[in-house]
Amino acid sequence: MSSSMEQTESKAAKPDEFIMVIEDLWYSRGQKKIFQGLNINIRRGEVTAIMGPSGTGKTTLLRLMTGQILPDRGRILIGGEDVTKMSRRELYRLRKRIGMLFQNGALLTDLSVYDNVAFPLREHTNLPERLVRHIVLTKLHAVGLRGAWQMSPSELSGGMARRVALARAMVMDPDIIFYDEPFVGLDPISMGVVVRLIRKLNDALGLTSIVVSHDVEEVSSIADRTFLISDGRVVASGTPEDMEQNVSAVVQQFMSGMADGPVPFHYPAPDYDEQILKRNES
Amino acid sequence: MRRLFTEIVYTLRGYLETFGSSMLFLLRILAACPYALKRPGLIIKQVYSTGVLSLVIIILSGFFVGLVLALQGHNTLSRFGAAETLGAVAALALVRELGPVVTALLFAGRAGTALASEIGLMRATDQLSGMEMMAVDPVKRVVAPRFLGAVIAMPLLAVIFSAMGIFGAWLEGVIIVGVDEGQFWAQMQAQVELHEDVMSGVYKSIVFGFAVALLSVFEGYNSIPTAEGVGRATTRTVVESSLAVLVLNFILTAWLIGEV
Amino acid sequence: MQQTRAVEFGTGLFVFMGVVALFFLTTRVTSFDSYSGDEGYTLTARFDHVGTLKLRAPISVAGVTVGRVTDIQFDDDRLEAVVTMRIASEYDQLPNDSDASILTAGILGGQYIGLGPGGSPDFFEDGDEIEFTQSALVLEQLISTYLFSQAEKSEKE
Repeated sequence: MSSSMEQTESKAAKPDEFIMVIEDLWYSRGQKKIFQGLNINIRRGEVTAIMGPSGTGKTTLLRLMTGQILPDRGRILIGGEDVTKMSRRELYRLRKRIGMLFQNGALLTDLSVYDNVAFPLREHTNLPERLVRHIVLTKLHAVGLRGAWQMSPSELSGGMARRVALARAMVMDPDIIFYDEPFVGLDPISMGVVVRLIRKLNDALGLTSIVVSHDVEEVSSIADRTFLISDGRVVASGTPEDMEQNVSAVVQQFMSGMADGPVPFHYPAPDYDEQILKRNES
Repeated sequence: MRRLFTEIVYTLRGYLETFGSSMLFLLRILAACPYALKRPGLIIKQVYSTGVLSLVIIILSGFFVGLVLALQGHNTLSRFGAAETLGAVAALALVRELGPVVTALLFAGRAGTALASEIGLMRATDQLSGMEMMAVDPVKRVVAPRFLGAVIAMPLLAVIFSAMGIFGAWLEGVIIVGVDEGQFWAQMQAQVELHEDVMSGVYKSIVFGFAVALLSVFEGYNSIPTAEGVGRATTRTVVESSLAVLVLNFILTAWLIGEV
Repeated sequence: MQQTRAVEFGTGLFVFMGVVALFFLTTRVTSFDSYSGDEGYTLTARFDHVGTLKLRAPISVAGVTVGRVTDIQFDDDRLEAVVTMRIASEYDQLPNDSDASILTAGILGGQYIGLGPGGSPDFFEDGDEIEFTQSALVLEQLISTYLFSQAEKSEKE
């Protein structure tokens, strides 16, 4: 743990300050290099945003962080323990302290809302049903869906499903919650609700939240710190204000949503005229 | 010609790979079975969705197979003046072969595809990853109960199929064609052996149940997480299960007959 | 809750149907006769020739099946076939001088062992050997015996 600190930006920080440290992470899928020496430190108790253009492997990063896939090289420390070296059993033990919100909620379709939220409790604890009921209804109340406990996942709207999934992610009182693109495909009202919930829950429950997203505005409004990933590396990091003032071209393009820039509009292709002329010839 | 050859080699290699990885998957499932057995509720639910929901098609198919068997059997047997052995012929054909095999094929089409697409859909909608993230092994919670449910349901369906087939044969043979009722049952009882015939059919159906259940959950679990991937997994389930059932049937029949 | 109950009811009904079907297959479809593996006693008999006698072939007395053949071995000391048979325990009053012969059921039927009751006051016990046996009739041997006897007759004349 201490050696990792020395290499990274905050030598002075107490080891406790970072709940999660990613060091020199390399990962490739086939020929495609997705991460090339990625370094990220995540502070305890903050909402950290990880942003980047589509296709930069943000979801892959979440899967790496939670030990679902293994990197080619590098370390991922959560609370000082290296996720990449964990056995299946250790990973499962770790995951009981982690909540994760998937893009589409990933609610179990054969269970009701209530049973979905109760699912982790019933799998991992022997709590009496009375207590389970109490916890589940409390969590559902926190996301404003106590009234929907009897519904089945197929009856929920996208925003509601995500809120139920959030209640489920919190039900074991985790230390960290990961959000995978929590704002995609939501109407403005639901989006506002989810945005505020993430911040509110983080502060009320003393969590650490890691939000992977490309919705600049929403994320900027709640994140304490942002990491911008491009080409397999962190190209910029800091508070949302820092990011807005960052003069780097990539950051500017991403934050203000310009079509062309360092991230090109065109996918790599041969010369336009040449390709068209060739086709005419043949 | 050469292309056809390489294609065959590739297909066979593909089947062999499927076979190998499904065997490894079977070990994982078996290791997860104690967990599932502690939750009979989960298994009962799966016996329902694989067994009970296949019941209508099994009963109807068994009945009609019995009818045809009696019609064809009577037509052929009466050429040898042996029409009264119809009961024995129909019962032997049903209990030894048609019951287990046809049930397994129908089971693959009805329950196997349902299993594969259900698990595939859970994979495609991140439900399986979600479970893993909640520190719940999906092989334990999702796959093992479905596997066990199908393994339990299949032999029951096969005996129901055979019984319905014999009823159909009786209806056609005795009531409609007019074989003597006493002869029908007496010949059947004289020829059909409990261990050699009835139980060998039951053993077969147990093995088929394992094969179809394993391939279904395997294909579903390893499907590509897209709508197309789930569709393809379902198709593969039917093809592979049917093939496995027919090949296993030959091996088992040779073995059972050889031993007796 | 309502749904769970329907599932349980359906599953129960399904398993019940399966058991009924199996019961039907074991009782109504098979003979389920006197032969039942463990109950009973064992007899052996030696034959010069067992013909096409098979395992599980019936043992019958006066046309009633009382047991099954459980084993057929060749004794290389005495160059004879040794047939082991299991007789149901309810038929425990067979005289111990009864004879066994290998018979054929109908023209095309399988072969079985027929026991001809003797007159002894004592009965067979477990492990006894049937002393008086008659081998299977083999068609080729019958024909050649007949032909030879005809030939001898004509030579004498």
